[in-house]
Formats: sequence, structure tokens, C-alpha cells
Amino acid sequence: MTIDAPEHSQAPEQLRYARLLDWSTRVSFVVLVLSFAAYMLGLATPLVPPERLPQLWSQPVGQYLAATGAPTGWNWVRQLAHGDIAALLGIVLLVGCSLLCLLALLPVYGRRGDRAFVWLVLAEVMVMILAASGLLSV
Amino acid sequence: MPQTRPLRRPSQLFRSFFQRCAWRALGGGLLLALAAPAWAAGGADWPWWSWPLVLFAACFVMGIIAVPAGIGGGTLFVPIVGSFFPFHLDFVRGAGLLVALASALAAGPMLLRSGLGSLRLALPLAVLASASSIGGAMLGLALPPQVVQVLLAVVVLGIVAFMFFSKKSEFPQVDRPDPIAQALALNGVFLDGATGRTVNWQVHRTVPGLLVFLVIGALAGMFGIGAGWANVPALNLLMGAPLKVSAGTSGLVLSLVDSSAAWVYLNQGAVLPMIAVPSVAGMMLGARIGARLLHVLKAAVIRRLVIGVLLFAGLRALFKGLGVWP
Repeated sequence: MTIDAPEHSQAPEQLRYARLLDWSTRVSFVVLVLSFAAYMLGLATPLVPPERLPQLWSQPVGQYLAATGAPTGWNWVRQLAHGDIAALLGIVLLVGCSLLCLLALLPVYGRRGDRAFVWLVLAEVMVMILAASGLLSV
Repeated sequence: MPQTRPLRRPSQLFRSFFQRCAWRALGGGLLLALAAPAWAAGGADWPWWSWPLVLFAACFVMGIIAVPAGIGGGTLFVPIVGSFFPFHLDFVRGAGLLVALASALAAGPMLLRSGLGSLRLALPLAVLASASSIGGAMLGLALPPQVVQVLLAVVVLGIVAFMFFSKKSEFPQVDRPDPIAQALALNGVFLDGATGRTVNWQVHRTVPGLLVFLVIGALAGMFGIGAGWANVPALNLLMGAPLKVSAGTSGLVLSLVDSSAAWVYLNQGAVLPMIAVPSVAGMMLGARIGARLLHVLKAAVIRRLVIGVLLFAGLRALFKGLGVWP
């Protein structure tokens, strides 16, 4: 794929966001693949044995949780020793990539006095933190 | 007088042979991807380790055809996997969000550096769409599965109609930005590689655009589908951003919106690594191959193929939701 415009013609915050997104996405993918490979190879005992999954994954999430005792919210952190729970680590990193990049924008907009975008970034960060907090339950 | 066929050069013969092989592989792969889960309707008959492999293969094929069809892999994933695989829609939507998110994140840095994606344009739209995607995700997980299935069918059939009838404008005319777009400096510049000219762009109709993205966010969260099919026309036809900037910025908006919705699915336990990871890996690998095959595959034919598959998947979802074809 060709690059359509020289990098230096883009705003500095855009390039900073791109750089951070590039690195955080790469790290997340590596963790995602490695943790899943460890799960598939059975390097750590899973919370839910994989051979049980075909009987469970056709049920709604509520019934699946009741049948397996799988964690909700951030409780997975306490069960990272299990292979299937550790495989969530790469997914969590992937979902969290944008949050890190957004936070890195704040000093740039702040220094420039671009108040509207400071507030917009803060609003997006708050929305993401609220979603990630687990406070919103169905 | 009998006509003789002109002799073809070896390179033309090779190209023609390669095209035929690519078409057969693609057709066979798509059939396999759709038929394999149907063979195993019982589900429990297959060893557990075969499912991630089948899912990886199906997503690999979807990734290949998604690129020339001009839609995100997430738009194909939920209707197809939700209709033809034995997984519950809760887990399919959780994985669908991750598929769309991973593709958007991987493309993001290049789009930002080239100016095809505008962070300035994406942020105001993403704030509202992210908030509504959380609401959509919560609603989607709270509603009875049959209702979600029927609503998904309606959305998928709507996407089919949209793909069939929608128009595009390469460089829409925006005479004057509206006051909000002017205050937020929602404009930019990029060098169009096709024409070699520098394009300055600005947008208008910011308020209607924000309202449309509010609805798009809710749909993305509720159904776990990537919303590129709706983002691009909203940015291009409604707000007046050039087509390439619309496509690039759509990916950025999508990465922020799907992150927010994905947290809800993660916290509710609706993300199973056994479904999500092979899907993400297969789709991303397929999309890379699809991008390389762009010059070999006929985009118009692929687009018709995708419309046909989505139509079938949409009808399947509708019948499944109505209990006609469980």
C-alpha cells in the first residue's frame, strides 16, 4: 500500500497517536497469539476444559457463566493462572490500545491551548473508562 | 472464413491460469466455510480442537473477500458465523467486535500517517458513537436472543440493500463549513496518489452527522458488526469528506467505538478466546491476502458474491429468529 502524503505534513498529535497505536497494537497481537498458543497447548490448566466448550457455547452468556463459574468484570485478573483466562490478556490489551493513545494526546492539545479537543479527548477517555470499569452491568 | 484465436504470451496464460485457480479456491473456500458448520449441526460430534481451525479457515476466506468487496470483515463475520455456526449470538457479537476492532487498529497507523484518516474529524464523532455503542451493547445483551436475531436480520438485509443502491462521491462539494466544523477546524489536506494533486477538504452538516453517528454507534454495539458500511456514506455523502478520507476516518472512529462496546462484552463474560482469537487471526491474515489479490480478483463480481452471501445469511438469521429454521 502506498503512503499518499509525506508524514511531516500531518499534525504532530496525529503522528504521535499513529506511533503509539502502531506499537501498542503490535505488542497486543504478540501477547494475543502467544497466550492463545499456550492455552491450546495446555501449558496451564484451563478453568473450563476445552472439551466441554462445544456443549456450552451454544447457550446464552448468562447460562454459560452459571454452568462454568467463569469470571465477569475484572475478576479474571485473579484467575490468570488458568490457561483460558490468561488467553484474555491479549484481548484486553487490544481493546485498551486506544485508551493509551488518547491519553498521550492530552499534553499536545493542552500545550497548544486547544481546549475544545482537550475536552473531547477527556470525554472519550471517560466513556472508555466507564465501559472498562465493569460498573455497567446488564 | 474460419477465425483463428490470437496466440497468447506465456505471461498472459499464467495470469489466466492463476485467475481461474484463485476463483476456484475462493469459491471452494467460501462453500467450505459455510458448509462445514452445517455438516456438524449437532456440534458435539466434532472434537473441540477442530472448531478453532474451522473458524480460522472461514474467517480467512471472509478476510480475502472483504477487501475487494469494500466492506469490513466484521460486517461479514456476525451474519455468517451467527447464522451457520453453533455459537450463541452473545459470543459471536463479542468476537465480531474484536474482529472489526483488530482490523481497524492494524490499519490505523498507516491511515493517520498518510492523512487519509483524520483524528480531528474522528474524535467528535467517536465520543457520541462510543457512548451510544455502550448503550447498544447493554441492550443487545439484555434483549431476548430471538429478538436480537430478528433485529440483526433486519440490519443485515438493510446492509444488502445499502450495498446495492448506495452511491459514492469522490470529492463532494463543500462550499462553506458549518459553524461547529469551523470552530473545531474539521478540515485537512492529503496528497491523492491517483491524481497526484493535493486535496484540501472541509466538512459541513456536523450536527446531522453527529446524530447519525449516535445511531451507528448503537447499532455497532448491539450487533457487534463493524460499522464501516454506514460510517463511510455518513462522512462522504452527508458531511462532505472526500471518499478516501471518509474510508480512512471511518476506521479510526470504528477503532474507538468498538473498543468501548468490546469492554461491555468482555465484562459480561461474552468473549470466549476459543472463538475470538482464531477469528481475529484468520480475518487479519485473509485481509492481507485479499489486499494482495486485489488486482487479480474482480471487485464487482466479489461484491455481488458478498451481497448474495449476506442476503442468504440475513434470511437465515430472520428464519432462525422467527423459529422457522432453527
